[in-house]
Amino acid sequence: MSNYQVLSEARGQVLSEARGQVPDQELMSPGHVACPGCGAPMAVRYALKALGENTVLIVVASCWSIIAGPFPYTAVQVPLLHTLFATGGSVASGVKAGLEARGLKDTTVLTLAGDGGTFDIGIQALSAAVERNEDFIYMCYDNEAYMNTGIQRSSATPWGAWTTTTPVKHPKEQPKKDMVAIMAAHRIPYTATATVAYPEDLIRKVQKAKGIRGSKFIHVLSPCPSGWKSEPAQSVLLSRLAVQTRIFPLYEVEHGEKYTINVWPKERVPVTEYMKLQGRFAHLGPEALAQIQENVDREWEKLVAKAGVTHLNREDAKNAKGT
Amino acid sequence: MEKVIMGNHAVSYGVQLARAQVIAAYPITPQTQVVEILSEFCANGTLKATFIKVESEHSAMAAVVGASIAGARAFTATSSHGLALMHEVLHWASGGRLPIVMANVNRALGPGWNVWTEQTDSLAQRDTGWMQFYCETNQEALDMVLQGFKIAETVLLPVMLVLDAFVLSHTEEPVDVPDQETVDRFLPPYEARYKLQPGDPRSFYGLVAPEHWMELRYKMQKAMEEAVAVTQQVGAEFGQVFGRAYDVVEKYRMDDADLALVTSGSIVGTSREVVDELRDKGQKVGLLKIRMFRPFPVAAVREALAGVKKAAVVDRNISYGVGGIFAAELKSALYGTPHQPTVFPFIIGLGGRDVTPQSIRDIVAYAQEHDAPAEEIIWMEVKR
Repeated sequence: MSNYQVLSEARGQVLSEARGQVPDQELMSPGHVACPGCGAPMAVRYALKALGENTVLIVVASCWSIIAGPFPYTAVQVPLLHTLFATGGSVASGVKAGLEARGLKDTTVLTLAGDGGTFDIGIQALSAAVERNEDFIYMCYDNEAYMNTGIQRSSATPWGAWTTTTPVKHPKEQPKKDMVAIMAAHRIPYTATATVAYPEDLIRKVQKAKGIRGSKFIHVLSPCPSGWKSEPAQSVLLSRLAVQTRIFPLYEVEHGEKYTINVWPKERVPVTEYMKLQGRFAHLGPEALAQIQENVDREWEKLVAKAGVTHLNREDAKNAKGT
Repeated sequence: MEKVIMGNHAVSYGVQLARAQVIAAYPITPQTQVVEILSEFCANGTLKATFIKVESEHSAMAAVVGASIAGARAFTATSSHGLALMHEVLHWASGGRLPIVMANVNRALGPGWNVWTEQTDSLAQRDTGWMQFYCETNQEALDMVLQGFKIAETVLLPVMLVLDAFVLSHTEEPVDVPDQETVDRFLPPYEARYKLQPGDPRSFYGLVAPEHWMELRYKMQKAMEEAVAVTQQVGAEFGQVFGRAYDVVEKYRMDDADLALVTSGSIVGTSREVVDELRDKGQKVGLLKIRMFRPFPVAAVREALAGVKKAAVVDRNISYGVGGIFAAELKSALYGTPHQPTVFPFIIGLGGRDVTPQSIRDIVAYAQEHDAPAEEIIWMEVKR
């Protein structure tokens, strides 16, 4: 399948599925300062559409510390608190308790953090907050490296990828940390993955999270043209290809046990379709790409098994949508 | 009601009476009892507060920052390594102009492990924009919590109240625990001027360019300067309501004194006894208690030491490469004033080594026998 075919299929699918499912309300202003093609502002725009005005947004040190605009500006129409790198879980716990002390019991607290703030420096406070089952939504926009400081590897960087600290002669040798599994292991009420290529799915998940009391974790893959060495115009395409290649499946986990695959790719798109659009993988030879394909296939089958899908109910699962 | 309680519990009763709304803390020896009993108060409903049982002091400070910026009255307590771990977040509390109150139990920093008292932990945070108050007694610790919230909520800077490990934290003393009604009159509920408020989409802590940065820092310094007078007003009002007045420093038997002991924390109590004893012997020795360390009460210190020939500063702390921190601050405060006393900088009692009345007598004797200090730092009771 050519990129063009994937893209046009994607467009058709978005138009038909998203119609009526994306709220009109805009709580993000056009004056933000993200790079062209950045996935992160799109993710927040959809999340705020899902949550509405009665929301407090906490932004952990990351690209979004810049994207929101400098003092005295703000790019969002909800109260916004910027905070330190390692405090995504802890400051949210305090904000929620402080709001409740003032009687604001139904205000949603949304913490937004990058993969560095989530997978690495912030994981201690995040783990503790969700272990306490604090009532907040934690959204990680994962661009798979420390992009704000200029593309250094994080534990979310995939195996084989180039970054400035994993140069081509010595690319990353470790697989991406499985953050969803870590969150699911905390048995929190709700964990989900999302991408900006499926806005109706992302919005549904954020709305579902809003309706659940306790800790919710939403992992959004967030293309970064400067760090991935990709075309800004292809960020939504890459988000869609990540799902269709099964590199980044869309699924949700309830209470650490109930796995549901939300989008079952109609056909198996080879990982090379996703990787060839990104300069960060350009150095990888056929052997490495074959290894990545094998790993992706294996992880997908593991996920399928967790979702309780067997050869008997596979056709039903493929057609199922999240609830 | 008078109770015989340890310093840690005196702090907890103060927090209960202050009606703190959010508490986040992580246990560390010798602070633990502060939060243990607060957990009980929250569990049995005598304190209507949310207690966030965080996994570290870094998270404790971040959580109270979050609570405070959401408009709640917030408290935490820590010590030593816990305070050090909070360091970066301390700046975000003061830079956000948040009236958080924290109790720090003075304890030495390792290595090796040492759980005993030393002021270096809190003094190492002196440039974070927190006000600092050193308590002499358990009563003062309780009273300081109530005054601390009032001062902090007036000048919009956080307050750190400091008490010595074990000497106060674990030692039971008679403490007057005031009744709630009187405290409520003294300390009304906190109304935040700016807070996270749905429907009012402000941005907090966003990127600040150089064109605005200095003005924000200038205002923090102005607030610190204002804090001296505010502390004096609050201390005087506290005296009217509860019968115990406080000032930024306390002059004890300083009239006509030739020699002043200058110290802080529980060493003040020991020094009072020695001053009484020496006064009985006809020696012109007085005592200057430094209660407020940040902002440093420069005018009050200058005024108190104006007629004194010698000032013996007793430091239970050290800034390596300089010496005792109170001594350095005192010298700086006195610079340029006429008739400056000769400053004798003593270091004693690090890591919880006992400071006895005899130690204080020896310090006075040294200062009396010397025209000037024989060394840059006068180390007391150290095996060289």
